[in-house]
Amino acid sequence: MSAARVGVVTFPGTLDDQDAARAVRLAGAEAVPLWHADRDLKGVDAVFLPGGFSYGDYLRCGAISRFAPLMDALVPAARDGLPVLGTCNGFQILCEAHLLPGALTRNQGLHYVCRDQRVRVENAGTAWTAEYEAGQEIVLPVKHGEGRFVADAHTLEALEGEGRVVFRYLGGNPNGSLNEIAGITNEAGNVVGLMPHPEHAVEELTGAPSVDGRGFFTSILKKLVNA
Amino acid sequence: MTVDSVKRAAETPDERQPYTELGMKDDEYQRVREILGRRPTSSELAIYSVMWSEHCSYKSSKVHLRQFGTKAPKSEALLVGMGENAGVVDIGDGWAATFKIESHNHPSYVEPHQGAATGVGGIVRDIMSMGARPVAVMDALRFGGATQSDTRRVLPGVVDGISHYGNCLGLPNIGGEVAFDPCYIGNPLVNALCVGLLRKDQIKLATAPGPGNKVVLFGARTGADGIGGASVLASATFEDESQAKRPAVQVGDPFMEKLLIECCLELYQADVVVGIQDLGAAGVSCATTELAAKGTGGMHVDLNLVPLRDPSLRPEEILMSESQERMMAVVTPGDIDAFMRICEKWDVPATVIGEVTDTGRLVMTWDGETIVDIPPGTAADDGPVYERPFHEPAGQAALNGDGPERLPRSSDLRETLLTLLGSPNLASKEWVTSQYDRYVRGNTVLAQPADAGMLRISEVMPGAEETTRGIALSTDGNGRYAKLDPYAGAQLALAEAYRNVAVTGAKPLAVTNCLNFGSPEDPEVMWQFAEATRGLADACQILGVPVTGGNVSFYNQTGSDAIHPTPVVGVLGVIDDVSRRVRSGFTASGLRVALLGETHEEFGGSEWAHVVHGHLGGLPPRANLDAERGLASVLVAAAAEGLIEGSHDLSDGGLAIALAESCIAQGVGASVSLPVEDAFVALFSETAARALVCVRPEAFDALAELCGRHDVPCYGLGTTGGTSLVVEDAFEIPVGDLREVHSGALPAIFG
Repeated sequence: MSAARVGVVTFPGTLDDQDAARAVRLAGAEAVPLWHADRDLKGVDAVFLPGGFSYGDYLRCGAISRFAPLMDALVPAARDGLPVLGTCNGFQILCEAHLLPGALTRNQGLHYVCRDQRVRVENAGTAWTAEYEAGQEIVLPVKHGEGRFVADAHTLEALEGEGRVVFRYLGGNPNGSLNEIAGITNEAGNVVGLMPHPEHAVEELTGAPSVDGRGFFTSILKKLVNA
Repeated sequence: MTVDSVKRAAETPDERQPYTELGMKDDEYQRVREILGRRPTSSELAIYSVMWSEHCSYKSSKVHLRQFGTKAPKSEALLVGMGENAGVVDIGDGWAATFKIESHNHPSYVEPHQGAATGVGGIVRDIMSMGARPVAVMDALRFGGATQSDTRRVLPGVVDGISHYGNCLGLPNIGGEVAFDPCYIGNPLVNALCVGLLRKDQIKLATAPGPGNKVVLFGARTGADGIGGASVLASATFEDESQAKRPAVQVGDPFMEKLLIECCLELYQADVVVGIQDLGAAGVSCATTELAAKGTGGMHVDLNLVPLRDPSLRPEEILMSESQERMMAVVTPGDIDAFMRICEKWDVPATVIGEVTDTGRLVMTWDGETIVDIPPGTAADDGPVYERPFHEPAGQAALNGDGPERLPRSSDLRETLLTLLGSPNLASKEWVTSQYDRYVRGNTVLAQPADAGMLRISEVMPGAEETTRGIALSTDGNGRYAKLDPYAGAQLALAEAYRNVAVTGAKPLAVTNCLNFGSPEDPEVMWQFAEATRGLADACQILGVPVTGGNVSFYNQTGSDAIHPTPVVGVLGVIDDVSRRVRSGFTASGLRVALLGETHEEFGGSEWAHVVHGHLGGLPPRANLDAERGLASVLVAAAAEGLIEGSHDLSDGGLAIALAESCIAQGVGASVSLPVEDAFVALFSETAARALVCVRPEAFDALAELCGRHDVPCYGLGTTGGTSLVVEDAFEIPVGDLREVHSGALPAIFG
């Protein structure tokens, strides 16, 4: 059996790509670097869009990355069911690319916030959360200046009604997100975006004082191996 | 528009030149005329004025800084010493670390956000130019009184600038300091440190050898930012015209800097760079003269080829522009295509603007006319050197005579502790540090509020061989101590940074410093500087840690009011097995708490005297460097043997604050007795060379035995556990109350 291959995308200004690749490797999968200017997904089984400030966050977070050549290949593949995870800037890009609804705006407190955040897993049925239990409380770091999730009332209602809110902040909302939403999924459950960083919570020695992020990577690995 | 060419300069020897406005003295201008045998062209004047400014030439400090070399302890770790962009030390297993701290004080007062942001950008490029991957930053900050109104303008701007630039750049911010004192109200200190890692055999230097090699300017295009910044902003005292100087502060683009980092690393990996230099203060002037002076000796540059953001710039302005995110490289003709391809991949503009020659002259042309023709060494290395007069300040003896012994001591120890814990200097700095990304790149082992930041090495560069090692870094400085005794103050700053590194389990290895002082033209300030450098050089010798580089910032004064002399010292250490790092504070219940080191009655310059009495007088604590060395040996050995479960150094606020912070760290209480009879002295004295550790009960004897071998006193104080800090015969305070007081102070002021 060959190892599952998870693509990790680097845009100009992507910062957490090394962390993302490490988290994928630690789970036992192969991390495949994907370059923004290539239209080639290199046959990967899943894709991770890591955090950072792609294109300097100029214009609007994620707004320029959406037009990267790689996205021409990624968007249709995601619509066809390719598992895709976007964290932080990756989440912003997924929203800008309309793979996920809503938008991420300036934090309510107007400051960048880096802290270890308690979140609740609301949906353990997605490609990236199957190893968690619904209702489970975990700790993941957040670190962003523009993570306030907003959407119109109709969209919010749909997200809540269809169980597509995947994570919710606990113990204080770091950015003023509506309904304390930390992460969401698409209708099929293969695309997940969240502001917290599971890739910074996978090792005892480094990162947040938590290894609760490992579940993302064991979830996708199990799904790919069993597929 | 006429170009002031070399030919024209020779023909118009008596033309009046604005050298005074550019910060040059009469005799300095005369020397330039002697060197050239004619009057300088306006472009040459621009070059000499910035290169001979205090900021670039160290003309007032040089004679004192030499001690860091002459008194340097023997160290096999030192690979590159002072004089390059940053020092490089051998950290084992084929790895080297390069680190440096640098000031951006004046720009940060004028425009806090951009001033602080470009301070980060500048120091990161220094580290890149050594061939290293920058891996972390930290900032040592000093502001006026926390409740003074201008602090509310400057602090949020500075923090926002560091946050914006550093976070967007993708470098974890792993430590530093924030301190407040009214003496900094008109002269805040923003000292930025960066550390980088590289393979030992891949060090790059700022040199331009090999006639025919190409000179490439790459990175951002050149605009009108910071023109004259080096000489006008960094080297002159503020009076009331700071508004008029606003355009002299540079504007940064961290996105371009991130691309520049990745681009440079790929260039290094492809081995297509002969020499490299970042463009900081004095921009193209500095890069060309320094590269040429350290290379074959000559260079020809066509200034018309410099890509401009503002096409109306004159050659003099191009030479002085401090536009950020620019680098200059020397590349062989055979490698130039490969070089350009890599720049293109990272969307980094790159332009060949000249080539290396063997003429011994730096020649620049503009519209076909020669506008610069100078021996580069005269601008880069042979600047003026001043032996500034100095003498002890008139009030120094009276200040030292006014000791803290007369100050009344409250019998309410609980209240005194809480007052100190909630004072701006000792309160939690989370309001600041939560705006910094401490996790990015995934190698952060320890970060604030730990005593030192620590990074894992092995995962820094994918593909490099495995190592178990890590590096630790800390900065420290105490302006009040240095005001009372600059010699001891500088030593105490080094001692604390050294101790901070050791409590994490890392062995201190090398030093960088940022020396912040008032005007060198004031003999009393110059005395402070002379004493501080002498003290630091002596202490480095005793502790066996060489100075690898640093920065001097003078003119931190408004009118005749200088800041407290503030030497800020950074120490880099190495831990052989990073998994053995010691975490901060009380990490579990049921551990034995021990105090290592002797306690004496020392309140001169203490936080207690400052906060409770607004008093500054007497003498600072004694800098006992032999004791520091012994303590560090114990801490490093104990960590390596796995004896210690948690630790914290004792510094400002003494044992009381160390106990409180150790409880707050993980929410674990403790019950302790005091090591000396006088409870007030035991709790609040600031004697140096002390640390608090917690150990498993069965490891206590081994720790005591280790301490005995190094002559370090070891007192068992009590046990961790419970939800309160209980000090026998004194007080009991719930950890929750401690945390509330500690974490509430800065948000109450800054929102």
